[in-house]
Amino acid sequence: MGAQIRVYRQKISSTTSMRKIFKAMELIATSRIGKARARVAASLPYANAITRAVSAVASQSEIDHPLTTEPEKIRRAAVLVITSDRGLAGSYSAGVLKQAEGLNELLRAEGKEVKTFLLGRKAQAYFEFRNRPYGRVWTGNTDAPEFATAREIGAALLEDFATDFEEGGVDEIHVVYTRFKSMVTQEPTVIRLLPLEVVEEQASSESELLPLYEFEPEPEQVLNALLPRYIESRIFAAMLQAAASELAARQRAMKSAGDNATDLIKKYTRLRNTARQAEITQELSEIVAGADALAS
Amino acid sequence: MAELEVEIVAADHFVWSGAAKMVKARTSDGEIGILPGHSPVLAILAEGQLAIEPVSGDRIAVDVDGGFFSVDNDRVVIVADNAQLGDAATAGIR
Repeated sequence: MGAQIRVYRQKISSTTSMRKIFKAMELIATSRIGKARARVAASLPYANAITRAVSAVASQSEIDHPLTTEPEKIRRAAVLVITSDRGLAGSYSAGVLKQAEGLNELLRAEGKEVKTFLLGRKAQAYFEFRNRPYGRVWTGNTDAPEFATAREIGAALLEDFATDFEEGGVDEIHVVYTRFKSMVTQEPTVIRLLPLEVVEEQASSESELLPLYEFEPEPEQVLNALLPRYIESRIFAAMLQAAASELAARQRAMKSAGDNATDLIKKYTRLRNTARQAEITQELSEIVAGADALAS
Repeated sequence: MAELEVEIVAADHFVWSGAAKMVKARTSDGEIGILPGHSPVLAILAEGQLAIEPVSGDRIAVDVDGGFFSVDNDRVVIVADNAQLGDAATAGIR
């Protein structure tokens, strides 16, 4: 009988200490989300300026730049999958990986080979466990990405893009990441980075019209210098969004884990009390029965 | 007198914005000075120093290591990979 109480006591104490961890992780995630969102906001002016400039060059001058022209046949596509380094973030990484699998199937159905690039230890673990080949992997700071990492990834992707198919190059580049819509919704999203589809927005008002720029030195050189930056900035933006999403997902997961732990503790406490009461009742009836036996 | 509306942004942060009388920058071809009323330009920045003459206050120096800038309608957007304000510049931040 006493054994049952002990088991419940152990369960209560272990659940309590787990709840402490969940609470701490929730608090950490909450405090970091603000910073992550501020970084998303801080990167916006740069991204906007660069997008505007790229659309200006691409829409004005008819340049045949390899980064903007669609190859007649796409034979191999690169997919960059942005996940987290650490778990305990609910279905965050699983959602991205699922989306990536979907894209993978789609590309294969179109007769393209897929070369995967990974960001985050979770993606790496997923691919290694399944013994699937991947191009390159970057790990280390998915919850606080640095621009240097984005630059490195951009350089690696562009290098592959510039390489011929026969030598292992790719013809298009996709990115799978989690878009931070709000604190409660984050959405795994796929974007195609290259070849560039410069969105030619409908000029809604007079001020939206892009001015006729003079280029210094030459349009082609300007585009040469702009495009890698544009790619880097897109990748960096995706990484920042993913980081904010990761933290939000972790906060939510830890919140519900903490709530569940509270429920469990309550349940186990009830069971422990019942067990203790049953033990007391039994002891009493044993004593009464013993006394009765002696008296008679 | 017309003024230039200057905005400097780096990859991951906002650096400076304000009104200016003149902006001097170095492109890969040489130095370019921009006064109000300049025709639209999109140019590649070379590594080096930018000088901004604000409407009020001292001249601001910004160290950049590459990037580009655009000018249209007296609006100058300087997009640097990495930008560092010179010492005298802190007064101009708004």
